[in-house]
Amino acid sequence: MRASFVFSEVVTGLRRNVTMTIAMILTTAISLGMFGGGLLFVRTIDKMQASYLDDVEVTVYLTEDISANDQDCTGEPCASIRQSLESNQAVESVVFEDRAQAYERFQRIFEGQPELVELARPEALPASLHVKLFDPARSDVIVQEFSGQAGVANVDDQNKFLDRFFDLLNSGRNGTFIIALIAALAAVLLIANTIQVSAYTRRTEVGIMRLVGATRWYTQLPFLLEAVVAGALGAILGVAGLVALKYVALDRILEATGGAIPKIELFDVLFPVAPILLITSMLISAVTGYVTLRLYVRH
Amino acid sequence: MIRLDSVSKVYKTSARPALDGVSVDVDKGEFVFLIGPSGSGKSTFLRLLLREEVPSKGRVMVSNFDVAKMARRRVPRLRQTMGCVFQDFRLLANKTVAENVAFALEVIGKPKRTITKVVPEVLELVGLEGKADRMPNELSGGEQQRVAIARAFVNRPLVLLADEPTGNLDPDTSQDIMLLLERINRTGTTVLMATHDHSIVDSMRRRVVELHLGKVIRDDKRGVYGVGR
Repeated sequence: MRASFVFSEVVTGLRRNVTMTIAMILTTAISLGMFGGGLLFVRTIDKMQASYLDDVEVTVYLTEDISANDQDCTGEPCASIRQSLESNQAVESVVFEDRAQAYERFQRIFEGQPELVELARPEALPASLHVKLFDPARSDVIVQEFSGQAGVANVDDQNKFLDRFFDLLNSGRNGTFIIALIAALAAVLLIANTIQVSAYTRRTEVGIMRLVGATRWYTQLPFLLEAVVAGALGAILGVAGLVALKYVALDRILEATGGAIPKIELFDVLFPVAPILLITSMLISAVTGYVTLRLYVRH
Repeated sequence: MIRLDSVSKVYKTSARPALDGVSVDVDKGEFVFLIGPSGSGKSTFLRLLLREEVPSKGRVMVSNFDVAKMARRRVPRLRQTMGCVFQDFRLLANKTVAENVAFALEVIGKPKRTITKVVPEVLELVGLEGKADRMPNELSGGEQQRVAIARAFVNRPLVLLADEPTGNLDPDTSQDIMLLLERINRTGTTVLMATHDHSIVDSMRRRVVELHLGKVIRDDKRGVYGVGR
């Protein structure tokens, strides 16, 4: 196969159809930009989950009786609760916090609001067992096992709160993916349409090629490459858009969260997001092109 | 070279077969006119040879190709053994004369040095030397048809199929085109030409196969157009 011939046909095709080509590239870029945004969302959520989950613990609050009378968790039923927590395979460590320590911590947390500290009294705070798990995501097991046991007032799972927070982020991610999917559908239809128009404007050439015995690859490769080139340009534009978005807006927004949401690094955009976008785009363009040619262009 | 054996072709959209039990043998190097009124099956005949259509019944052989049965991916090979000329020339308006002819070789992957060698040769054969760089719209109808013939012949096909090649030309120009086709036939290429042109058929005195409503009603070794009517 003569590469120079195929290449010149591709360039001719893209130029002949220039408005359509631009529309195809832009739609692809928008769709891929959204998709890339979704991927970055996922990456950010992963990072956050990893850093937050490290500190997540389950707190087993003890009853008033224990809180008032058992200073070091040596009496029953505190000792056996502690014992059974420590022997649980999912548990990494257990720390007992008595009423006085709880009060100290309360004072520390609310030192900015002295009126609140003044109002609170140590008797209002329960003693507790702070349980760290090997896998914080599996906190349900502890909650289920210890809720309602003798000596336990209630079990608080910080993971539950984080779950709600991550649910919010996840729905943001899902929304981005859905919009990306709709834009991708538009891009795929545009690619299919452009190839049909391209094949129609070149029907005389294609007709002659078939009659003189050109193979299917020879007649259809230029159209296919046209779609793939446009797809690649769309991907590059999409990545450029993401990088621009990072510097223009995202960096400032994320900085305003005071580190609660980690910054998106340039490296995150360039790898693995950029290659994923490029490969996805070229693959989808090629498949769309191939299917369109099979369905609409006779050989 | 070409053999149709009890070939029928029925199109889905029509109750009457386009071809109905047609058997024709054409030897290598023959010159055959295919005549008959519109709708008699001439175009279907040619399309079957090119594997643009497959027969509903019967067998079509071209050279060593069993046209109806061959795998789709081998069809380009079959078509490379044939050249086609049409009434409407079908030249590419944005390419020069030489580029139009070269196109037929480029798209089947011939090397550049072969193309630069054979294109001027074939342009000389069809009498277009010196017009290689003209655009099709700068040529007369006769000259455009010569370019089309050059393109059909440049790969030295075994068979040249011509579908009303003089349909758009005046009588004198038609005569020139026929001389050219005769010349190509003398190189050993089998020529099969569908036509309505009485005077050409009558003056050439070559084999005439007449179709009517999809059947062969006459096959004369050295025929004329209007016999028996």
